[in-house]
Amino acid sequence: MCLAVPGRVLEVFEESGTTMAAVDFGGVRKKVCLAYLPETGVGEYVIVHVGFAIQRLDEESARETLATFERMGLLEEEFGDGFEAAARQKGVEA
Amino acid sequence: MKYLDEFSDPDLARRLLDQIHAVTTRPWAMMEVCGGQTHSIIRHGIDQLLPEGVEMIHGPGCPVCVTPLETIDRALAIARRPEVIFCSFGDMLRVPGSHDDLFTVKSEGGDVRVVYSPLDALQVARDNPDKQVVFFGIGFETTAPANAMTVHQARRQGIANFSLLVSHVLVPPAIAAIMESPTCRVQGFLAAGHVCSVMGTAEYPPLAERYGVPIVVTGFEPLDILEGIRRTIVQLEQGRHELENAYPRAVPAEGNPAAMAMLSDVFEVTDRTWRGIGTIPGSGWRLAPRYAEYDAELRFEVDDIRTDESPLCRSGEVLQGLIKPHECPAFGKECTPRNPLGATMVSSEGACAAYYAYRRLDLVAAGEVGS
Amino acid sequence: MSDDLDFEGWTCPAPLRGTPTVVMGHGGGGAMSAELVESLFLPAYGGAARAELGDAAVLPAASGRLAFTTDSYVVKPMFFPGGCIGDLAVNGTVNDLAMVGAQPLYLSTAYILAEGTAMSDIGRVATAVGKAAEQAGVQLVTGDTKVVDHGSGDGIYVNTAGVGVVPDGVVIGPDRARPGDAVLVSGPIGLHGVAVMSCREGLEFSTPVESDSAPLHGLVADLLGTGVDVRVMRDPTRGGLSASLNEIARASGAGIDLVERDLPVPAEVRDACGLLGLDPLQVANEGKLVAIVPGDAAEAALEAMRAHPYGAGACRIGTVVEEHPRMVVARTGLGGTRVIDLPIGEQLPRIC
Repeated sequence: MCLAVPGRVLEVFEESGTTMAAVDFGGVRKKVCLAYLPETGVGEYVIVHVGFAIQRLDEESARETLATFERMGLLEEEFGDGFEAAARQKGVEA
Repeated sequence: MKYLDEFSDPDLARRLLDQIHAVTTRPWAMMEVCGGQTHSIIRHGIDQLLPEGVEMIHGPGCPVCVTPLETIDRALAIARRPEVIFCSFGDMLRVPGSHDDLFTVKSEGGDVRVVYSPLDALQVARDNPDKQVVFFGIGFETTAPANAMTVHQARRQGIANFSLLVSHVLVPPAIAAIMESPTCRVQGFLAAGHVCSVMGTAEYPPLAERYGVPIVVTGFEPLDILEGIRRTIVQLEQGRHELENAYPRAVPAEGNPAAMAMLSDVFEVTDRTWRGIGTIPGSGWRLAPRYAEYDAELRFEVDDIRTDESPLCRSGEVLQGLIKPHECPAFGKECTPRNPLGATMVSSEGACAAYYAYRRLDLVAAGEVGS
Repeated sequence: MSDDLDFEGWTCPAPLRGTPTVVMGHGGGGAMSAELVESLFLPAYGGAARAELGDAAVLPAASGRLAFTTDSYVVKPMFFPGGCIGDLAVNGTVNDLAMVGAQPLYLSTAYILAEGTAMSDIGRVATAVGKAAEQAGVQLVTGDTKVVDHGSGDGIYVNTAGVGVVPDGVVIGPDRARPGDAVLVSGPIGLHGVAVMSCREGLEFSTPVESDSAPLHGLVADLLGTGVDVRVMRDPTRGGLSASLNEIARASGAGIDLVERDLPVPAEVRDACGLLGLDPLQVANEGKLVAIVPGDAAEAALEAMRAHPYGAGACRIGTVVEEHPRMVVARTGLGGTRVIDLPIGEQLPRIC
């Protein structure tokens, strides 16, 4: 289920009484129904499934999540056994 | 694509894997509910990279796989009618009914069309006023809002030659049914991220509590899946069983209230038979009586459906996580993507299809399957 | 190829009898058929056509082995970004000849037209055929036209058959791949399939994706000119790279290892495929080739290809191996492996 992809809203307009949007997926553009997220503004990100925006993508949250992943393992490298950390690092790069 | 590619970063994946290895002290078995997650796990080889003893049990989160055989046969009967244009998502085209599939019906002259969105089917209805257009409305809670809006629009725009054949299934009752099964080995769940984007997370704490299992809302990209697995194992190691949200960028706790309002207007809960598993009470949605005029099941009288499941097919056990695809004797022999016996070998998310596509190499090497 | 062809602006020796669309009579073999050939096809073909497009063309004998191929073209929509069915009909057949190392010489063109198809559409396609043939340096020597009931065909179907000559000593075939050989591709993949699919699915691109339809025999000649022992060449059309590589693996009995990270997938193709749930490896290409050469000759082969306009993006994507015979396997970004299967039927957009 759920092949849903994030895209950026380029334009919001009405069509047959329904709120629609032109959404950009990194160079590919498609018309998407925005009726479930009518407050979305141009430049914001939404998650699109079968031609409908089902939820907004919280960019701040996305950045935080990635930052958390980036910090993982670093504390141990700082305070852990230097040789062990180096050996593990070597294993990562192999 | 932004906010997608970053979550496949191999270096960050390595770090998450290291963390998982660091926290795991004993065997654990957890289930990813969603077929899209199964697909991602197998395709990226995540299950090959987890610690020894950590097992991913693949859940029944493939709406294509669990659509009841009787519904497929009904869809085929409707699609064969000369006045009907039958529209469907691409996933459904090769799902085997008792005797054939939508693809065969198309090749025999039925007007079967693949659409990307249910709104495309509504457009087909507008463009073909002298035909009956039927849309095959399958899917979990993620897809239901799209189908609901389409019916709502059909009514608002007075499009009478459109109807929906509905077969929606719900995740929380499935989790309950799996946990109630006496052969259940599942100790934790990765909940389906995009289902929760729509429905929020409120339905899951009671399940975590009742069955004593951690439930972690998880996304679909490799990093998201690894993080979902990591958090589940941390809880298991610490003896906790709580709801956690590992996909906050796409899942607010309240879900999408506008979508949920539409869902409660257009659909009502019903018992649903899951192909290969059996009837799970209150596990599906059907069109509410006020939308009965758009219900294809009522509009088209289809008699004489005698379902005939392949006796060799063990999709049900695969869907319940009781066996792995390659443990089915027919896997790779009588049953292949070219000649599927059951839906799990057809659907791009079905566990059998995923194993056949991505795991076959290891299975061939281990002598478990011919090449 | 310009899409702004002015059908009205031709000088026809005898104007067509004012029919804006094709009718059954045009396929009947009588005066109307002759008129269609004289007033539409011959002018459209221009310099690429022989003066008389008779029932059979009598051609000078060639020295060397003959290569012979045929293909039918049924693409919908007929006109898409970067080209139309006419370009495909010529380049596709030219490329089939090129893939066995042949110099393409002569083409036949046979049309099946649905009654009611606009003459201007037929004219546009025919002009494209003429231009593509001229660019490819092949002669259009014979042809046929049939008209079928409205609803039996869909616009225009074209069949082209092609004849070429293979120079002595050139032996190219899928069974020749050996463990240790390098797998090369001549440039970015997935463009044609995405260009066509984007029309059907209403996708727009900020930088339009255009079909890569192109005649490759010049590129092949340059490649063969290096003296490298080119074992196999294939143009990955329907079924994409996956279909071609699987055919080669099966024919040779060897396995093929791909490095997913090395596949040249343009961002627009990747994103469009991501949206629709398609695999770029299974998407059609109309101006690319896969070449299998000895491992130590890879650099020389790539250099030759990159020097040619149609090979600018050439790169190495994998290796022929002894392991997993007859299977194509890709190493994923995360270090796992996945089997790349022969596609079953058409790729369809999916929700899951």
